[in-house]
Amino acid sequence: MTGRLALGLAAVLLLAFLLSPDSFAPLLRPLTRNGAPPVYTQTSLLSLTLSHLGMVAGAVLAASVLAVGFGVLVTRPSGRDFLPLARTVASVGQTFPPVAVLALAVPVMGFGTGPTMLALFLYGLLPIFENTLAGLAGLPPQVIEAARGMGMTPAQRLWRVELPLALPVILSGVRLSAVIALSTATIGSTVAARTLGEVIIAGLLSSNTAFVVQGGVVVGILALLIHAGLRALEDRAAAWSHAGRS
Amino acid sequence: MNPAAAGTRPGISRPALLFAAVGLTGLALPFVQFRANRIVGGEGLSLPDALGPWGWAAAALVVAVLLALSRVPPRAALVAATCGLLAVTLSAGAAAGALVPEGDRIARVSLGAGFWLLLAAFALALADALSRLALRPAWRWALLAGTVAAIALILGTGLLDDLSVMREYAARRDMFWREAQRHLALAFGSLGAALAVGLPLGIVIHEAPRLRGAVLGVLNVVQTIPSLALFGIMIPLFGWIAASVPGAAAAGIAGIGAFPALVALFLYSLLPVVSNMLAGLAGVPPGVREAAAGLGMTRAQALAQVMIPLTLPVLLAAVRIVLVQNIGLAVIAGLIGGGGFGSFVFQGLNQTAMDLVLLGALPTIALALVSGIALDLALDGLDPRKGHA
Repeated sequence: MTGRLALGLAAVLLLAFLLSPDSFAPLLRPLTRNGAPPVYTQTSLLSLTLSHLGMVAGAVLAASVLAVGFGVLVTRPSGRDFLPLARTVASVGQTFPPVAVLALAVPVMGFGTGPTMLALFLYGLLPIFENTLAGLAGLPPQVIEAARGMGMTPAQRLWRVELPLALPVILSGVRLSAVIALSTATIGSTVAARTLGEVIIAGLLSSNTAFVVQGGVVVGILALLIHAGLRALEDRAAAWSHAGRS
Repeated sequence: MNPAAAGTRPGISRPALLFAAVGLTGLALPFVQFRANRIVGGEGLSLPDALGPWGWAAAALVVAVLLALSRVPPRAALVAATCGLLAVTLSAGAAAGALVPEGDRIARVSLGAGFWLLLAAFALALADALSRLALRPAWRWALLAGTVAAIALILGTGLLDDLSVMREYAARRDMFWREAQRHLALAFGSLGAALAVGLPLGIVIHEAPRLRGAVLGVLNVVQTIPSLALFGIMIPLFGWIAASVPGAAAAGIAGIGAFPALVALFLYSLLPVVSNMLAGLAGVPPGVREAAAGLGMTRAQALAQVMIPLTLPVLLAAVRIVLVQNIGLAVIAGLIGGGGFGSFVFQGLNQTAMDLVLLGALPTIALALVSGIALDLALDGLDPRKGHA
């Protein structure tokens, strides 16, 4: 309960800071030296935050749709041939460092927001795909058998039984993917994507601690909020699929 | 090839058709990029463009192997995929050698999209064959060692030296190995520190359940903070500590260099270590603990002699997570002056010198892959013992 209260407070503070950064200037001034500006003003923090979140949301949504689609395909009888390969690719792919994936995306796709989003999307596929596989393949055979016994068609079984039951596991893959994407997008500003990493890097380059702290704290709070929000969604899905099961 | 074994797999393997599609697309795309110097735009060359008749031969071989993959049993597919990987890599080296005039230090030949797609096609085929074969651990260890040795051998013989990445390497050989050492020191140093602190912490919160929520909560929050933010905040923090706490600077604490990066990596490593230690201890069946008590062991003895050894597989899993994660995250140290392969990555991004980016990214990926696979194998090796427990 205290955790939820702290998160709510953090969300309110974050919103206040993004809407009126200048009123926090006295707080940040002690972190600056030689009269450096305490608040990042090159670009509005609000627009950087929105662009950052938009990239993450777009990449993760697209990755979810495709990864769940692939996961369903390789667990159908017609796609079984691909299952062992799919498992290997999902687990080996995740040992690729996200930063390296981002760096490698540049020679292929160039600098900017688009390539970064594509890299986030590609990397985001793996955790969701792996969890979709785990969720669908881990269902008790009796459940599928029972659904078949009730005369459900394969499509009905998928939509009404398998996917709802696997939903909590799939959602935890989405959460992992979103947290990684949020972090990797921050580094995206080194390849000229418009994200909050810009603030941190500006701070590092000009030794302005206030910039580093405000960028870091904003991304950190966003990460916590997204993590908690998706976690709550997961719990709700778990309760729901549990209720459906009994 | 064994016809009897082939007969047990009627028809063609559909994954192999996918590999063939990827590989054939790769053949159609530029295999290497030729540039008169490091800065000008490149000209894409296909395998035959770059190597003449030898290129046609190599392309024909590649097509043959790709098509054969769909009809052969896994063991033969493994051999074929390995040959394919070797052929593609060596062709790239040969193409660079043929394109760069003798003695020219300025012309650059970098790897093109075609090369990477072909490499991906054969790597996928290899992965597919391996997952179908389900080899015994000893064989898989041998394969891993053989792969590492083969890569070292190919690099050592200088067959690839005319490629642009290797040119970048040759220009900064000493620096490369220094940064490699730094990268390993960051990844393993933070792992060691996390084990030294995290294991006792895990035991403490197992014995004192009241502390569990708070400790795991804090570590969870740390884990969620994006890496650049955490690395960034460490710099002013430790700069301030070094400047204002007497003796801190003398003890090696500094706001610049590797120290902030090491601490950031250490903080990220704590959650997997602590939570796996806790899960391992909680997973020990109650009967084991009672048996130990029945033998007259004290609580501390039971922990040290019976329970902690039983948590070994779970701890090894934590080591795998942390090591792979830290090898990747240590790249970010390059952005804050902490050294490691990340120095090359970010330098390369700044100069838009993509071969320099590769010089940093490829060893990082290789390191993460090898440690991930090796620790997976070690975990598999422990599995039977876990089954006995």
